Amino acid sequence: MTAIDTAPRTPARPAAATPSRRTADRVFQRMTLGAGLLVLLILALRVLSTVDQARPAFAHMGLRFFTSSRWAPPSDEYGALSFIYGTGLISLLALVLAVPVSLGIAVYLSELAPLNARRVVTVVIDLLAAVPSVVWGLWGFLVLRSPLQRFYQTLSDVLSPVPGVGKLFEGPVSGLSFATAGTILALMIIPIITSLSRDVMDTVPVAQKEAALALGATRWEMIRGAVLPYSKGGVIGAVVLGLGRAMGETIAVALVIGSSGQITSRLFAAGDALPSQIANQFNESEGLFRSALVALGVTLFFFTIVVNLAARAIVTRTNRHLKGVAL
Amino acid sequence: MTAASHRSGARRRGISGRRRAANALFTGAVYLAVALAAVPLALLVYYVVVNGARQLSVSFLTDSLPISVRRKTGGIGPAIVGTLLCTALAALMAIPLGVLGAVYLNEYGRTSRTATTLRFLANVLAGVPSIVMGLFIYTIFVLRFQGTGRIAFAGSLALACLMLPIVIRSTEEMLRLVPANLREASMALGASQSRTILTVVLPAALPGITSGSMLAVARAAGETAPVLFTIGFATRLNWNPFSGPNTTLAQFIFSNAGQPYPAAVSRAWGAAFTLIVLVLLLTASARFIAARFSVR
Repeated sequence: MTAIDTAPRTPARPAAATPSRRTADRVFQRMTLGAGLLVLLILALRVLSTVDQARPAFAHMGLRFFTSSRWAPPSDEYGALSFIYGTGLISLLALVLAVPVSLGIAVYLSELAPLNARRVVTVVIDLLAAVPSVVWGLWGFLVLRSPLQRFYQTLSDVLSPVPGVGKLFEGPVSGLSFATAGTILALMIIPIITSLSRDVMDTVPVAQKEAALALGATRWEMIRGAVLPYSKGGVIGAVVLGLGRAMGETIAVALVIGSSGQITSRLFAAGDALPSQIANQFNESEGLFRSALVALGVTLFFFTIVVNLAARAIVTRTNRHLKGVAL
Repeated sequence: MTAASHRSGARRRGISGRRRAANALFTGAVYLAVALAAVPLALLVYYVVVNGARQLSVSFLTDSLPISVRRKTGGIGPAIVGTLLCTALAALMAIPLGVLGAVYLNEYGRTSRTATTLRFLANVLAGVPSIVMGLFIYTIFVLRFQGTGRIAFAGSLALACLMLPIVIRSTEEMLRLVPANLREASMALGASQSRTILTVVLPAALPGITSGSMLAVARAAGETAPVLFTIGFATRLNWNPFSGPNTTLAQFIFSNAGQPYPAAVSRAWGAAFTLIVLVLLLTASARFIAARFSVR
């Protein structure tokens, strides 16, 4: 950070610079700018080309594309609501499962862990992040499915009579379901939320923590009173970034969600999500069906953009606040 | 800083039972959280190793893919080649461009409006789901070359789009760590700015750039969604990225995982083991380079 601030904005050109050297300098600068502009080009092309391919489906369905849940390619009916619902549900589920775990690990790493344990846990988190999506999916599909189904059955037997929340746990249960997809997604976003939250928690001034302890606070009271309030903004940003990642995750979800588009409050029922529907159907589709799948992609794209922008806004605002305090 | 926090006051006299219990509960919850992340990872690694290592043999790693998923024989040779081809080509495109883009952001643009906008757009691009990348390359490349568009190169284009923002971000971070007085010293000796960047700034940041890029490569090697619609499917070895369909390991796992045939499932485990080893080798060498050569 400080390296930028102290560097001269426009370095004075040495008087001896010959015209050819100046040209070389300018060419190199243009090259770097060109490489940077490539990002803009990719984004612009992406929006234009995918929207263009999706247009027939949007034109055919109109607003019903977003409000209807009837997805029937043979009769050219493409209502995406059940996939939108599925994406929302499994992402929320993933957050509910991942956020407490991630915050726990982040607190452990930044406040509790001895140096050796910290190294080990950091490696575990890195490994979690390194496992490819398709391997999570393979494991969920082949290994987790039946133990989870038994576990769901038990949960369902116990919890479904409870008024109110019982609806979430009603049977019949399926090993491939919203709940399984949410669980796998949670494991996949734990590394992102953990490492960002930990970075934020590491910026809490030692003086504030020591002050809390000096006042007689227990370790938990110190963390609740000094660490958590200070890092709240950054942690929220990390959580929203995790949400964006969960929404776009494709292959693992495609394998474990059960691929049956439906809107239900039953977490243990098979469902479908935007990216998994695209992945499972695209190679067998054509014409309007294919256009509708691209339209699902456009929808997903805009959802993730909104979520990511929100996350960036939160993180940027917090950074400003953190910098103000730290300096 | 941890020394202070380790001297927890919880065990001192005069702290009420409730506060002590809350502290113990919290400590337990934190350890539980660590276990909740570590246990699934251990299980996953265990299953991949046990089911995957059993498949490994020279013929499994080099044979052609089975023509039908039902076949008992067949290896994953073409998928390994396809993964390496796609990832290497993507890296060849994304790393130089990403590094150049980062040089613009940190050395020329800095806080100018263009640079701020581009930095923002790179973040937006980083958040785009990988399946949308696949759809994008499908619509602008595969559709354009009907019939001949599904080639390894198309897949590597999609992977390059995925890697580009990661490379830009990590490289800019590394360039930022290069002390300003290195640049000033070079300028004072009469070097032009481009010469300073090429001979002083980039070499100083090289270990960091390398490790960041390798992490991006590792991420791309394991991706399925971007190649699913763009490279087709081939059962035979295809070394030519510009002609004929190809297959990657991740894609092969995806298409075999859901099959009801035990042979297909075993092949999927074997391919998963191979893929994880590949990704871990890349990740580990990135960490090694970062730790060994970091300028700290």
